[in-house]
Amino acid sequence: MRRLFTNRNRPSTISGPELRDPQRELLHFRRRLLIAGAMVIVAFGGLLGRFVYLQLFQHRHYQTLAESNRIAIVPIVPNRGVMTDRNGVVLAQSYSAYTLEVTPSRVKNLDETIDGLATLVEVQARDRKRFKRLLEESKNFESLPLRTRLSDEEVARFAVNRYRFPGVEIKARLFRQYPFGEVASHVTGYISRINDKDVERIDAWDETANYKGSDYIGKVGVELAYERDLHGTTGWEEVEVDAGGRAVRTLSRTPPISGNNLKLALDIRLQQAAEQAFGDRRGALVAIEPATGDVLAFVSKPGFDPNLFVDGIDPTNWELLNESPDKPLLNRPLRGAYPPGSTIKPFLALAALTSGKRTAAQTIFDPGFYQIAGAAHRFRDDKPGGHGYVDMFKSIVVSCDTYYYMLAGETDIDDTHAFLSQFSFGRKTGIDVEGELLGVLPSRAWKRERFKDKWYLGDSISAGIGQGYNAFTPVQQAQAIAIIANDGVALAPHLVKSIENVKDGTVRQIALQPTQALHVKPEHLAAIKNALVGVPREGTSAQAFVGTKYVSAGKTGTSQVYSLKGEKYSKQVDERLRDHAWYIAYAPADQPRIAIAVLVENGGFGAQAAAPIARAMFDYYLLGQKPRAPAVPGTGPQEPEDESD
Amino acid sequence: MGKFFALMATIWEVLVRRVDSYLMAAALAIVGIGLITLFSASDQNISRVTSQVMSLGFALLLMWIIANIQPRQLARAALPLYILGVLLLIAVALGGTVVNGSRRWLNFGFARFQPSELMKIALPLMLAWYFQKHETRVRFRDFILAVVLIALPVWLIKREPDLGTALMIGASGFYVLYLAGLSWKIMLGLLVAAAAAAPLVWPHLHDYQQERILTFLDPARDPLGTGYHSTQASIALGSGGVIGKGWLNGTQTHLDFLPERHTDFIFAVFGEEFGLIGSALLLVLYLLLIGRAFVITINASTLFARLTAGAITLMFFSYAFVNMAMVSGLLPIVGVPLPLISFGGTALVSLFIGLGILMSVQANRKLVKT
Repeated sequence: MRRLFTNRNRPSTISGPELRDPQRELLHFRRRLLIAGAMVIVAFGGLLGRFVYLQLFQHRHYQTLAESNRIAIVPIVPNRGVMTDRNGVVLAQSYSAYTLEVTPSRVKNLDETIDGLATLVEVQARDRKRFKRLLEESKNFESLPLRTRLSDEEVARFAVNRYRFPGVEIKARLFRQYPFGEVASHVTGYISRINDKDVERIDAWDETANYKGSDYIGKVGVELAYERDLHGTTGWEEVEVDAGGRAVRTLSRTPPISGNNLKLALDIRLQQAAEQAFGDRRGALVAIEPATGDVLAFVSKPGFDPNLFVDGIDPTNWELLNESPDKPLLNRPLRGAYPPGSTIKPFLALAALTSGKRTAAQTIFDPGFYQIAGAAHRFRDDKPGGHGYVDMFKSIVVSCDTYYYMLAGETDIDDTHAFLSQFSFGRKTGIDVEGELLGVLPSRAWKRERFKDKWYLGDSISAGIGQGYNAFTPVQQAQAIAIIANDGVALAPHLVKSIENVKDGTVRQIALQPTQALHVKPEHLAAIKNALVGVPREGTSAQAFVGTKYVSAGKTGTSQVYSLKGEKYSKQVDERLRDHAWYIAYAPADQPRIAIAVLVENGGFGAQAAAPIARAMFDYYLLGQKPRAPAVPGTGPQEPEDESD
Repeated sequence: MGKFFALMATIWEVLVRRVDSYLMAAALAIVGIGLITLFSASDQNISRVTSQVMSLGFALLLMWIIANIQPRQLARAALPLYILGVLLLIAVALGGTVVNGSRRWLNFGFARFQPSELMKIALPLMLAWYFQKHETRVRFRDFILAVVLIALPVWLIKREPDLGTALMIGASGFYVLYLAGLSWKIMLGLLVAAAAAAPLVWPHLHDYQQERILTFLDPARDPLGTGYHSTQASIALGSGGVIGKGWLNGTQTHLDFLPERHTDFIFAVFGEEFGLIGSALLLVLYLLLIGRAFVITINASTLFARLTAGAITLMFFSYAFVNMAMVSGLLPIVGVPLPLISFGGTALVSLFIGLGILMSVQANRKLVKT
């Protein structure tokens, strides 16, 4: 028998009931109790040590942790600056509205939740689709708007049922509204939710903290270009929060500073008039005040409704916009490069005067075509049989091709390139929005680089009438004609006229930025301007300018999309293969207040399609006459439609 | 008039005759601290405090009754109480009420009762009674039987699951064996066996129990999940500093950062609001209570009384120590309430029953010192 209990540690030689020794037993018990007591002291000593460590030595550390537990810094999003036109008409503004927002990570079954919400507030199929799209683009812990602009009644209905929807909440958010919708949409651009690329941009500006509470950022147009002016400075609120993250009370507050207000150079009424004049036709128009570089109108047709983008565009509308063959999202004035056609002629004529290759009075004979010596190919003139004897004035007024074929045949392309560069062809005009395309002003170096080929005389001949490799943007065209109108002084065109600091009330004017002065003689420029006046008076655009009460100057142009080889248009020719129609102009001729470049895509002959739009603009801007309905109906773009379901 | 005073004096005499004043004073001081803290932890909702005060009244009554019972009689009740306890635990396993995923409660309609609380008292009584009965001859089979007597309720409670209480009740049984003189070799053997069994037990622990142990070993492992309780409790204590944030001013408490703040984590509330001074004071009060219980144990007249009183004393210590060590991050989180302070009627009642037993033992102490 083994002994189990030490207090019976007498020799176990005796079997049977063991004799007890109470005294000894008690002693053992007390010894054990003493050991236990010592344990208690040690254990409590350990606890005391721990308390001293936590509450004395680590107090500051835990104090900080408790404070950061308790205090949350909540950003207060500033009001985004307002955009107005040059007369103070609001083009973009912010307003506060209630949105119904869902945080996907806190919702068990998204579809069920949305179905449940749909019984309380109106949730259309497009809202669902838009939400799905946002969901795919975002991280799970963000709260995403399901519905925006809730009515007061909807807010109240949800508030009552709020307990049923964890992870769903009503938030007051600042929204952007563009009251004119499609009008000037490519000018204002739009704001939309910040994505990863935008975050990189914000990082590069070192503005991460300032964008803590911001959900939206300018994506295109002025909203993008002047983002840092418009955004404003984020304010902060120190709030005490409970463990659930709910604010209990405010401890301190630094108010936000609203973004700067922008006054655009644009005249929205002129812009409306221009868009109306286009009707359903595709194209672009840029109107510049020559003396200042103010962009008075900036049209890209078709446009789009920027309001669609603000809450995140729904897939149906996105598809309609993105996949339309009319490319409504393409900023045509800035990013559409088209052969200038005959609009290049006055600039080439000026080049010839300056280089001395021609005098204004010098005439050539036009038999209706031009042939390179020793070659069989005939470069045709528009007019069969030709224009006969043609001087420089007539070459511009009737737009004689042969005159310019011959001139091009005698001129080195690199000289032409150098001269025309002064008009910002093939270069950036410096307009104050991003994304300007360079276009093409060909040269030997350009062709070598682009095609790994040398320059041929034939290339020069085509380029001589604005075809071939030439491709200019409407902004470049408008800038070029504005430079002529402004007697050779080039000012960078700008959409924004002044910036108002809301906080201190100061207004900063966008400084006039002379880019460069044209190196021409005044009498040469005068000869060209004189010829440009002849165009609407007696030349190619005379029909469009019958009976004007002002004197305007202009030049038509037609840029080939597809060579018809002398054939006339027939119904078999696809509408989209028709030529683009150009008109560049300014008025009044003696003291120009407005210079315009108009492009009508596939408009056919420039005099027919583009010149009437320029006239409508002049009539409106100079005389205050409202434009009539567009004369030439075209196949218009499909308007993005709301889905009905 | 004099007669009235005489009557009152007699009643008072009867009331306090077998009530140990030191034990009573220490216990009431701790309970007082508990009620004050509970008021704060309940966001100044008095209803929880009144409910606790009513439990206290009932607990004091039971304490008084038991203090007036002779230890002999208590010994006689040991076996029936133990059997009743085991039966109730089986009843819990079969048809108990589930709260927070654990089946720990029996619902009697008018009151809910946690049979594991009864076992806290019944097991030491049972073992003490058994050893008293076999005082003359404790053999291997007696030891085996004692282990079985401990293991049965421990197993039943562990599977509720209530690991904390199971461990504490296992410990109370062990204390009896220890005080009865279990050889160090065997205790060492048990320790080694326990360590060796750990890998075998591990897979049988519930996920949350495994999590708690892992989190204890590395609190940064999951600071917002299982580590959250421990982290927030440490923040509460530490941010309290030396003098505390003041009663009702604990930010951790009142902004909901502290979990379970009126039950298992109430000490964090106290430590946050009353600081190191408060924590130390509470330690002293527990030490006084336990010290007095030691004195009572030493003076106990019979083996049964000694073993029972000793086990109850060490249980008070264990509960207080384990809870405070857990809240201050010295031990992993096990569901052990802070004795006399945590909210909970059943626990309060069983603690005062323990005090009643101690008082009964004290009243029947050896009058002659040896």
